[in-house]
Amino acid sequence: MCQVDEEYNGHLEKISLPTLSKKCVKCKDGTAVLIIRVGDAFCRDCFKEYFIHKFRAMLGKNRVIFPGEKVLLAVSGGPASSSMLSQVQEGLSRDAPKKLRFVPGIVFVDEGGACGLSVEERQRAIAQLESIFREKGFPYHVVHLEQVFSLPGSVLEAVSSAPEQPGSSYKAAVDQFIQNSRGEHGLMEPSVEDAESGFAQLSTQDPTYPTEHRLALERLLASVRTLTAKEDLLQTLRQHLILHTARVHGYTKVMMGDSCSRLAVKLLSSISLGRGASLATDTGFSDTRYGDVVIVRPMRDYSSKEIAFYNRMFNVPSVFIPGLDTKTPEKASIQRLTESFVTKLQADFPSTVSTIYRTSEKLHSARTPQSAITDLTSKCLLCMCAIDTNTVRAPGDSTTHPSPGSPDRVPGPMLFIWGPGSGLWEWRLLFIRPVICNSRLERSVVLQL
Amino acid sequence: MAAPIALHLEFGGGAELLFDGVKNHHVTLPSQSEPWDMRQLLAWIRGNMLKERPELFVQGESVRPGILVLINDADWELMGELEYQLQDQDNIIFISTLHGG
Repeated sequence: MCQVDEEYNGHLEKISLPTLSKKCVKCKDGTAVLIIRVGDAFCRDCFKEYFIHKFRAMLGKNRVIFPGEKVLLAVSGGPASSSMLSQVQEGLSRDAPKKLRFVPGIVFVDEGGACGLSVEERQRAIAQLESIFREKGFPYHVVHLEQVFSLPGSVLEAVSSAPEQPGSSYKAAVDQFIQNSRGEHGLMEPSVEDAESGFAQLSTQDPTYPTEHRLALERLLASVRTLTAKEDLLQTLRQHLILHTARVHGYTKVMMGDSCSRLAVKLLSSISLGRGASLATDTGFSDTRYGDVVIVRPMRDYSSKEIAFYNRMFNVPSVFIPGLDTKTPEKASIQRLTESFVTKLQADFPSTVSTIYRTSEKLHSARTPQSAITDLTSKCLLCMCAIDTNTVRAPGDSTTHPSPGSPDRVPGPMLFIWGPGSGLWEWRLLFIRPVICNSRLERSVVLQL
Repeated sequence: MAAPIALHLEFGGGAELLFDGVKNHHVTLPSQSEPWDMRQLLAWIRGNMLKERPELFVQGESVRPGILVLINDADWELMGELEYQLQDQDNIIFISTLHGG
């Protein structure tokens, strides 16, 4: 039992420095080259096995990817998504009976216009990435952030897929999927067809894009005053572009390369930004808010350290592209501050990130899929998550009495938002009810051309 | 008297932005009476190589949290972190795992 005069000084000293010849904890044979988690030292081969196994186990445990399905890999060029790409290639090329069986494609969103990169820098980065993609052998799509102005309105809608039967087994789901894919060739929805023709006009391989779009993007980002809001906006636009690419080219799943450390930071910063109600969808393994396209995060169990080591040891190519928050001071944005906080805490308490991760695994959405499909009107317009409040009123708002005969007169604050139209200069002023979730209501962003 | 030590330093993951974008550096540390260790190397990098924003690379005596250090392709935690004594022709890699830099 603890006693008042007991001395703890000996135990509080740092663990004695390990010698150079520490052995791997798994095979007990090879020389350890890295320490994962709190004290597990692994040798090179055991680490590789552990890394690959974790990826397969993640996909196998959450059985959402069907054989033969088209899966879009969202690659930013950074270490985590490059690692994911190499894992997919490794998994598809294995001769083992348990090889992965889906059809991958790659999408890269070029955000250089938002981050202030010059045209040469952007083209150089794209060229480097294209050579990596070509070497993998999968079809790839390069999408520029400026193309967000040409997206059709359908990107803001959740299309409900075939109704899910709760409790149906994985095998039944696979059979259903195979039947659907055989019967659906050529039966695309009209909005998707229009989108495809419009999209095809802007060739995705073409590095040039209208100057008006580039200026419009710069103006858009300049109108947002804080870095926090800019990063959030960038995230939304990127998400829409990826979703649209997936829909147009027929991909039903999107794989994002969010690592454990990044998701821990995202979890905490989402809470700070007022997105607590949608934490489960934002950080969970599978994100079904869009209906027809499901976003999965297979890298969510890997810490940044493991990914960086793997990439270094096994020569996974990645391209570093400076982002919005590169070289910014610590307190420049909420996301940056949270990242700094978590990383510093992790240095002293190595179980920080994994604790946050385990907590996030226990989060579930409050709404069941059925109610989400039937309750389409109460989703946020921009992020497609369920709105967590019933009424939203600005304090002192006097326009709160809808007369019975006019359904257009709605209570609450009104936001004028430019909706993406089909033409270059077309505006659509959308009078919307408070259909933006809480995290965006505070900033009355007026987006205009 | 210790002989001058030649090292190969590499920066990745965005850390190279603090060193004029150059990823690979060959440096020679001047000879001194005690052997060089990592602590002294970091101070030397800060004084001689870092062009800007030292707080994005070093914090106090050690590297900023979020920057991984590999000594000869092994985790520096296995080598003693700051206490590791440098040898000639060592390969030291600094990889940033953070968003910015």
